[in-house]
Amino acid sequence: MASHTITSRTPGVFYHRPSPDADPYVTEGASVSEGDTVGLVEVMKTFHEVKADAAGTVSRFLVENEDEVTIGQDLVELET
Amino acid sequence: MRARSGAEPPRPGSGGLGSVLVANRGEIALRVVRACRELGIRAVAVYSDADASAAHVRMADEAVHLGKSAASKSYLNGDAVLKAARSAGVDAVHPGYGFLSERPAFAAAVEEAGLTFVGPPSSVIATMGDKAAARALARSADVPVVPGSDEVASVEDAVAAAEEVGYPVLVKASAGGGGRGIRPAATADELRTVVVEAQREASSAFGSDAVYVERALQGPKHVEVQVLADTHGNVVHCWERECSLQRRRQKILEEAPAPGLAPAVREGLCEAAVRLTREVGYVGAGTVEFLVEGDEFFFIEMNTRIQVEHPITEWVTGLDLVAEQLRIAGGAELSVSQDEIVCRGASIEFRVNAEDPDQDFLPSPGEVTGLELPGGPGVRVDTALMAGDAVPPFYDSLVAKLAVWAPTREQALARGRRALAEYRVDGLPTTIGLHRRLLDEPAVVDGTYDITTLESWLAERSR
Repeated sequence: MASHTITSRTPGVFYHRPSPDADPYVTEGASVSEGDTVGLVEVMKTFHEVKADAAGTVSRFLVENEDEVTIGQDLVELET
Repeated sequence: MRARSGAEPPRPGSGGLGSVLVANRGEIALRVVRACRELGIRAVAVYSDADASAAHVRMADEAVHLGKSAASKSYLNGDAVLKAARSAGVDAVHPGYGFLSERPAFAAAVEEAGLTFVGPPSSVIATMGDKAAARALARSADVPVVPGSDEVASVEDAVAAAEEVGYPVLVKASAGGGGRGIRPAATADELRTVVVEAQREASSAFGSDAVYVERALQGPKHVEVQVLADTHGNVVHCWERECSLQRRRQKILEEAPAPGLAPAVREGLCEAAVRLTREVGYVGAGTVEFLVEGDEFFFIEMNTRIQVEHPITEWVTGLDLVAEQLRIAGGAELSVSQDEIVCRGASIEFRVNAEDPDQDFLPSPGEVTGLELPGGPGVRVDTALMAGDAVPPFYDSLVAKLAVWAPTREQALARGRRALAEYRVDGLPTTIGLHRRLLDEPAVVDGTYDITTLESWLAERSR
């Protein structure tokens, strides 16, 4: 099994879920297809979905919900 | 607290404020700090991790740390802001715009803490923040609202309602919002089909088939009136601002006075704004927003705070609106009467946002490596951004406002072109180039633009 890391295309604040009361987009152990949304980054009051750029199984999140992230920062690790 | 000439120290509500917590960041925090300093008020800034060395912090008398960089952990955290106000021992809290400025619960908490909220009473913020309540209040103050019906029970009810408000109409879902569940109809026949569709759609989308009918405006102008009200019952207007150049309901360029506005409409707008301000028991600086189409105008909402675009009103009236807010909060009467507020010349504001207009206005935080600000006659720049500063990704993209003034609108346009040509920001894309192009557009030059103009123009350019 190889691993793949999804990174942030923009600086901002990372969220696991589309809104505070909603379920997370994905949880550890979930399988995702390429193009699936795995999180959200808020930058300057706009929200940008983080898409999986490979298919695989979510092995772990590398940032917590509401963590500040920088451009290019590792967000989610997949097993491909 | 500082003592004034041989008298008692100032107390809130009687003789002026001694100290103010500035509960904001960026250019508006700096604007409030500056007004405080000119009035001899101690200004206490607040800041997040990202803003530890920001200009509003450096220029304040004191500063209190709020929390982490995310807005929810700092400037939007009412408890942290209130704690900062208590620890700094201030008399009042100025909320600026955005963040906590229009949250009734925050204003109420400030009041309950025995401090002065620089703005209207929390109950007024709550009323004006409720669309239906604000609309009802406007009606009772004899201020026109966009003609519309109550919920309609049947197709024929809808047709009768449409006859009354006038075609073309929009059928809207009562439970809808954000533009969803809206359908146009130009004739009664069209309406009969549309109502059935709208009820079906509303039922599945919102769980309620309640719909109502509203007049469809065809490219109205957004014109707003600045008002001031003190605690002694004085209410004045400070004339209007034209703010139709908008993208996704965000204003980008504003001017005062509104070009091409018929004198009777202008008078009607300003008087209506004063009536509404009185009716709701308003205190402080506020803005009453209208849509104007032909000779008709309709109230849309009231912003219960200082506005981003207040400098253009300051240019044409000579007033200092933030100083007026602070004086009013300290219990003073307005410094001017209605007769003394004269609109002179023309002013235009250009919002400089850290966004890339060539990439669908993608937010562009980052470091400003070089900066040259415009200057000279009739030029004002409100900004907290200095060369070497970074624009953090956590807050609004507005980084500066350029506002020019000249004796005539034509001269103000020329001055705007000149100042925009001088303005240079290196390191990140901004909206400065967009403004340069807009000032060559015929609809902008002749002042005939409406709320649809900017978006159509952008759509055409991207094709």
